[in-house]
Amino acid sequence: MRRKVAAAAAAAAFAALTTLVAFGAGEEIELAPANTNIKNTASLQRGAKYFVNYCLGCHSAQYVRYNKLAEGLLLTEDQLIDSLIFSDQQPFDTMTNAMRNEDAERWFGIDPPDLSLIARARGVDYIYNFLRGFYVDESSATGANNIVLPNTAMPHVLWELQGLRRPIYEHSEGEAAAPVLTGFEVVRPGLLSEAEYDQVARDISNFLDYIGEPMQLERRSLGIKVIGFLLVFLLIAWMLKKEIWKDVA
Amino acid sequence: MATRDRDVFDSLGNGLSALGGWIDQRFPMTKLVKEHATEYYAAKNFNVWYGFGVLALVVLVIQLLTGIWLTMNYKPSAEGAFASVEYIMRDVDWGWLIRYMHSTGASAFFIVVYLHMFRGLMYGSYKKPRELVWLIGMGIYLLLMAEAFFGYLLPWGNMSYWGAQVIVSLFGAIPVVGEGLAEWIRGDYYISDITLNRFFAFHVIAVPLMLVLLVVVHIMALHEVGSLNPDGIEIKEQKGPDGKPLDGVPFHPYHTAKDLVIIIVFLIAFAGVVFFAPEMGGYFLEHANFEPADPLQTPEHIAPVWYFTPFYAILRAVPDKLLGVTLMGLAVLLPALLPWLDRCRVKSIRYRSWVYKVALGVFAASFLALGYVGLQPATGIYPMLSRVFTVLYFAFFLLMPFYTRYEKTKPVPTRVTQ
Repeated sequence: MRRKVAAAAAAAAFAALTTLVAFGAGEEIELAPANTNIKNTASLQRGAKYFVNYCLGCHSAQYVRYNKLAEGLLLTEDQLIDSLIFSDQQPFDTMTNAMRNEDAERWFGIDPPDLSLIARARGVDYIYNFLRGFYVDESSATGANNIVLPNTAMPHVLWELQGLRRPIYEHSEGEAAAPVLTGFEVVRPGLLSEAEYDQVARDISNFLDYIGEPMQLERRSLGIKVIGFLLVFLLIAWMLKKEIWKDVA
Repeated sequence: MATRDRDVFDSLGNGLSALGGWIDQRFPMTKLVKEHATEYYAAKNFNVWYGFGVLALVVLVIQLLTGIWLTMNYKPSAEGAFASVEYIMRDVDWGWLIRYMHSTGASAFFIVVYLHMFRGLMYGSYKKPRELVWLIGMGIYLLLMAEAFFGYLLPWGNMSYWGAQVIVSLFGAIPVVGEGLAEWIRGDYYISDITLNRFFAFHVIAVPLMLVLLVVVHIMALHEVGSLNPDGIEIKEQKGPDGKPLDGVPFHPYHTAKDLVIIIVFLIAFAGVVFFAPEMGGYFLEHANFEPADPLQTPEHIAPVWYFTPFYAILRAVPDKLLGVTLMGLAVLLPALLPWLDRCRVKSIRYRSWVYKVALGVFAASFLALGYVGLQPATGIYPMLSRVFTVLYFAFFLLMPFYTRYEKTKPVPTRVTQ
């Protein structure tokens, strides 16, 4: 058995090596820019609220510690406990959930991925467009499909906010030509307007960007100080070099 | 007051020199400092190309120190590796800085080493009597590649996993013993916890130890024959009445002062990456590596980190696996033969013919082009480009005995030019 796995792995590796076809390169959809701003703490706080309400039930963020998150989002411990921790977890715990992997795989066919690093792996624009990309598809088990990740196992969790919409395809002349997606028609309006829903998607994307690398604001501000110090040091070193070399012809 | 101050410093000075004398009777401290710094003469006309050697040393120190601190919190197991890296990034004080310095240092190491080697090609640093300096340097380069390869598995991301899978599977191309050899390297039938543990051992102990040793030997060999210079002249041949090279200045304080400036300029660029672009657009830290290793799912596009892509492109240029692996190995090893392939007596490119200048330019362009092609998918025009540049890469070395033999060189001055 192990040998078989090994042989399959080696074969897959070699196939990837020799052919190296970029999957889906032919039909990459254009991603709308998310225009998130990591410095917008209000957006991050809203994103955190949406995340714990809509995402955390299935997706964990197992490397994110609640109290560190509260610190970064400028929340007090009381605010943290009141608005972000709904389970019996403690502030020093990480954002895990109670769903068992076996159950997840039985329900969705796949264990929902941890989202701690999703923004670093896929990019903020990907998440933003994914959250906006759901549409009604009766042929799927969840009744939903997604233009960014076709045949996603994820149900449209935010449907109440966005509403439901059906894709409109245009069938071009040639028989063989695949139908082209030209737009959507609203099946059932959501609680939010399109702009409001986009903002929700943006806040969640922003939040995921933040938890992907919580130190990113800190690192930039520290970087300015470090480079400032090095520039002063450079001036002194340059003067020292001039002084030492002045007698060399 | 003033007299008392002097008394204090006098007695301190006397104490120190007594201590120095005590050590010198037991260990050649003063002798070593003189031989390698204050009385080691190097040409006064070094240009900026001569700074990359010391920069390689600086990066080595950065990697050793950050590596030690990373090891304090890293867990070398398939179960814990990925999580421990995130723990370092988020929960360890300054862990993110140490980790970004280490990941940036890996790429910086190759940048400075490639430029350091190119300096050797320009000014003939590998020529007699510096053949051993060059060969030891090649040994360091091979160790560096091994070090980078082993280290890249440790974050246990999906690109770590599949990169290691692909590279180790290359050994399988060797006839008869290949599969057994690949299995022996992995310690398992596929990349697993066992592989991770042994790669960790190689990355933190075995290879760094050899690396440091070879760096010391590299510098000892260099100081035995003396550093060359952009004019390719042996400064030892023109000595003043005091027996000191006329065109040389003591390494300390002259070159140390100059190197300090170069080091700070480098550190500014280094800090620019660490603090403002640690992923470097996915070239220093790859996006696919932010997903944990998954033996059942390959990343969409497996490519090694940028510093290996020239050789990866050569590997892919050949449809036959064994031939591809052989060519790749040769491409890495061929520079070691430079001291014997190059028949021209003139060392520096300043006084060599246009033939060599063109050849070196084509070689550098091929290396960069191969690096670019190696990052692209092997579709469309890229396989053809990789073949063209592979031929040019090899032509530089294999035709060298012919095009360097009858070079029309310019007269070489006896003293260095400014």
